[in-house]
Amino acid sequence: MARRWPTWLILGLTLTFLIGPFIIIIFAGLSAGNSLAFPPDGLSLKWYLKVFTVESFRASFALSMFLAVFGTLAALLLGVPAAYALNRYDLPGAETIRTIVAAPIIVPGIIVGLALLRYLVVPLDFTITMALFFSHTALVLPYAVRVVSSSLNNLRSDMEEAAVLLGCSRVQAFVKVVLPNIRGGVLAAFILGFVTSFNQVPVSLFLSGPGVRTLPIDMLSYMEITYDPSVAALSALLAFLSIAIVFIAEKFLGFSRYV
Amino acid sequence: MSDSFVSLSDLTLAYGDSVAVPNLNLDVREGELIALLGPSGCGKTTTMRAIAGLMPAASGTISIDGRDVTRVPANKRGIGLVFQSYALFPHLSAFENVAFGLRLKKRAKAEIKTRTETGLATVGLSHLADRKPAEMSGGQQQRLALARSLVMEPKVLLLDEPLSNLDARLRLEMRNELQRVQRHTGVTMVFVTHDQSEALALADRIVLMRDGVIEQLGTPDELYNAPRTAFAADFMGFENIFEHKGQTLLSDAGQLDVPYRSEASYLGWRPAAVRIGTGPHSGQVSGVAFAGQHREYVLETAIGFIRVDADVTAPAYTIGQTVQFELPLETARALAAT
Repeated sequence: MARRWPTWLILGLTLTFLIGPFIIIIFAGLSAGNSLAFPPDGLSLKWYLKVFTVESFRASFALSMFLAVFGTLAALLLGVPAAYALNRYDLPGAETIRTIVAAPIIVPGIIVGLALLRYLVVPLDFTITMALFFSHTALVLPYAVRVVSSSLNNLRSDMEEAAVLLGCSRVQAFVKVVLPNIRGGVLAAFILGFVTSFNQVPVSLFLSGPGVRTLPIDMLSYMEITYDPSVAALSALLAFLSIAIVFIAEKFLGFSRYV
Repeated sequence: MSDSFVSLSDLTLAYGDSVAVPNLNLDVREGELIALLGPSGCGKTTTMRAIAGLMPAASGTISIDGRDVTRVPANKRGIGLVFQSYALFPHLSAFENVAFGLRLKKRAKAEIKTRTETGLATVGLSHLADRKPAEMSGGQQQRLALARSLVMEPKVLLLDEPLSNLDARLRLEMRNELQRVQRHTGVTMVFVTHDQSEALALADRIVLMRDGVIEQLGTPDELYNAPRTAFAADFMGFENIFEHKGQTLLSDAGQLDVPYRSEASYLGWRPAAVRIGTGPHSGQVSGVAFAGQHREYVLETAIGFIRVDADVTAPAYTIGQTVQFELPLETARALAAT
């Protein structure tokens, strides 16, 4: 047993760094005082309740939800056929396409945001909301392609041929045989995309306008003005939301198989 | 040919620029069970996929029941295919797998139910109708795949290596099953295999293929007893095949002088056709295996390894022992080069 103490030490440190900040945030939000502090200045639920009364939080939460849901759906609409094509057909330059699709993951978000602002919003007169929608779709797309690809890899293509010989068109075969069998992968991609979009900061940072801000950006600007524990409370609530989503996904879909 | 049901004429199949099957001509009669036999890469699977419509013809025609189907898409040809991997739909129950094609055709509910139930009963899977394919054994999965194709009443049923994924006992069972189904439904069957014993056991006629070309076409009896070429003989279990020139037998390993001449460019002997114990040549026993009725020897000789099956009543030899043997002309099969 004595020889195992380094293992326990590393495990302990890992957990501390992973969960520690989360614990601090939960308790900072429970503070009864008026400024963000840890350990909290007494305990109360008032900041958790206050979060729901801040007008701008409501608006930006709605925007973030909209982006996360519809941006991810759009990414899936593009990503599922793309993954299918890359997987099933011997396309010229398939490797290049895969690399390009992965670009938004590789290129720093700050640069993507700046580029979108400079070349999409300013010259083309896009509204901020539209630009946000497009950028979130683009950001989530690589995850959609990747996750769906991995579940397509596990699906043999002769199943589609079997469906065709039983009378299906290629499209019917896709809908009736392929989609039901990659359902888990598609849902996993949705959840991953949702969380990625919802927590997105660097790109959204450039794409904010009067009254149009995603929740993380709104929290940043809130903190610049008001240094009270409500931001910590909100962060804790969002963390719980993410955990709940991932937990449900893991429980029902075996989420970790696809990532 | 008037009695031809499936007819391939001058069919050429290619993957891009590389021709897999050049100019194939083949006629299959109605209700016949035909085996496409050959080593991997001989074009047998490609030919089968072309009949199914999964592989386009570069040139030539495919007709089924008197109708040219060369340009008819796979989903409109009315052909069944049992895949080597079965290709069952994992998200559907056994019942729904079988009902899949009927539902697509928008048959009446009652008809779908009866036909599916009959289909499952035909292959003895009625009691597993609610199972998912993953909850079934390999043999059951294959029978399910068979039922899924048969329920559509296809004009032609294609089977890709139907016995290769099964163990010995199931193989025998499936073999009987296929023969029973064929008698019962009278469906024309074409199956692909690389295993000569499968082809011999099941087929009415065997199409032996090599490099996309038909090497020999005939009944199992003809192929087994009268292979025309060295390649065919090799496939049919003639273990000892040598080139024959003048009074010499040649192989990559060496040569052997024999006291006879013949017109054949190759001569082949089954292991049982080699005489051991007496004869003009000698070899060293390098392997021996007891096989019940006979002993199987491997002799190392001037012409390479020779396989011999000797009667168990004959004296036994041990590894390392030198024995005399003979490759008699009267037990040899004369073979053509191509």
